[in-house]
Amino acid sequence: MSATDEIWILGINMTKFGKHPDLDTVDLGAQAIMAALADAGVTMADIGVFAAGNLLGGGGIGQQLQKQVGQTGIPVYNVSNACATGATALRTAIMAVKAGECDMGLACGVEKLAGAGLLGAGGVPRSDAKVYNPSGRYGAVAGIDGRIGTNTMPGVFAQVGMEYGHKYGGTSFELFAKISEKNHSHSTLNPLATYTKAMSAEQIMNDVMIAYPNTRPMCSANCDGAAAAVVVSGEKLKTLSLEQQRRAVKVSASVLTSDPWQEACQVLPDVNTLTKNAAKQAYEQAGVGPEDLDLVELHDCFATAELVHYDNLGLCEEGGAVDFFQSGAPWRDGRLPVNVSGGLQSKGHPISATGIANIWEVCQHLRNECGDRQIEGAKVGLAHVIGLGSACGIHILEKSAA
Amino acid sequence: MSDVAQQVPLVNYLVLGETPHLVAHECTACGARYFDRRNACASCFKTEFHEVDIPNEGTLRAFTIVSQAGPGIKVPFVAGVVDCGGTSVRGNIINTEPDPEHVTLGMAVRLATYSMGTDDNGTEAIGFGYEPA
Repeated sequence: MSATDEIWILGINMTKFGKHPDLDTVDLGAQAIMAALADAGVTMADIGVFAAGNLLGGGGIGQQLQKQVGQTGIPVYNVSNACATGATALRTAIMAVKAGECDMGLACGVEKLAGAGLLGAGGVPRSDAKVYNPSGRYGAVAGIDGRIGTNTMPGVFAQVGMEYGHKYGGTSFELFAKISEKNHSHSTLNPLATYTKAMSAEQIMNDVMIAYPNTRPMCSANCDGAAAAVVVSGEKLKTLSLEQQRRAVKVSASVLTSDPWQEACQVLPDVNTLTKNAAKQAYEQAGVGPEDLDLVELHDCFATAELVHYDNLGLCEEGGAVDFFQSGAPWRDGRLPVNVSGGLQSKGHPISATGIANIWEVCQHLRNECGDRQIEGAKVGLAHVIGLGSACGIHILEKSAA
Repeated sequence: MSDVAQQVPLVNYLVLGETPHLVAHECTACGARYFDRRNACASCFKTEFHEVDIPNEGTLRAFTIVSQAGPGIKVPFVAGVVDCGGTSVRGNIINTEPDPEHVTLGMAVRLATYSMGTDDNGTEAIGFGYEPA
């Protein structure tokens, strides 16, 4: 086999997101894989590489999943890249196929997160010592979290949105609540979402405050879920059935970036520069621009994060994210629907599954198989995830011409 | 034994004394600043650093009012990012009410210290935050 340029999604699936008390991590992942293989019309015998991601389990998820669905001795990559883990697993499989190591690959992301509570807060409280002894990278004599800023995810991303407001103006508590209102409204059409109830901006603002301006419904929903995808080279796809070729979705761009140095990045994670860099590369690879997109699934881990990514992904002009939202553009009947799945705030965020589940959502629209929430005539879509630390994955997907 | 109680800063980049202030390691080549140690500059990869004082006055560039935090952390509190003459500093906003009426984007703030208590050896820990200027 030789290196190939074209990569296609041959089959893809996500499980219902929510509480799965009777299914463990391996059960959930295997469910997504079996369904993705069936969707692709292939078996594990066809798969030449497997990449899997899971953050909160015991490790070695890829091999554990193989034992559920088929052990063929192929190379397995267990990947871990914060909230970009699913996208990283997919990209790992894509790179192997692209390099010509095999012509078909499998990726899976799975997480059990229902009831996980506040992420970033740490599991064990650091008891303040009876004797103040400096320790750690800052020579701290007591716990820093809460004394020098916050490590909680809602608090970090609240500051990301507030910083945008400081730079460009126009943000308010109500604006961020309205972004959340949109996503909770969208998920009423998504039977696989964790939450499917519409909420008004007023209800959202009056809900439990977590880290101003993010109230509870403005935070990503901790839930259980899995997603899996089969990717295939363009050459191999030509040998498959016409039906498989018709339903295949082209991966026009697959990009992964990390955060380059910025003045303030050691103080507040910079989620902007790496997303802008990834978007630029992705549009170049795909030969499309933001104006060509029919829908976007972006990483709205908090309402405050969704706003900045309108700008980072070039969906609006620089500094224009507030106007973009207020124009109604990102609603499902707007000019450029964003997070019609309900996004992380309402569909849910089983961390490692998210980076494949958002691609499933886009594929469903491009294949015209999205039922009640179908975006009519969708031809090009973009899926974005970001993991703090940081890692950003962007995939641009295009409808098959076949 | 000294009669004067010993003081220790919450973190090693807080310098106590007559005028408490923060210090950073500055890359001698490109001027990038770090509050912790680096093997090489994350910006330009050079390996020489010297210590610089951070101005005590700044403006609040971003903040959040944390209502839910880990065990043992008192809420609500205001976490923020302060622009101190071009250097971004992470710290809490203190000595004011933790609500959006008293804490606003762009407000002028200055460094303030406070006692965190005294340990079994009689050593007092000193923390820092930023208060409205």
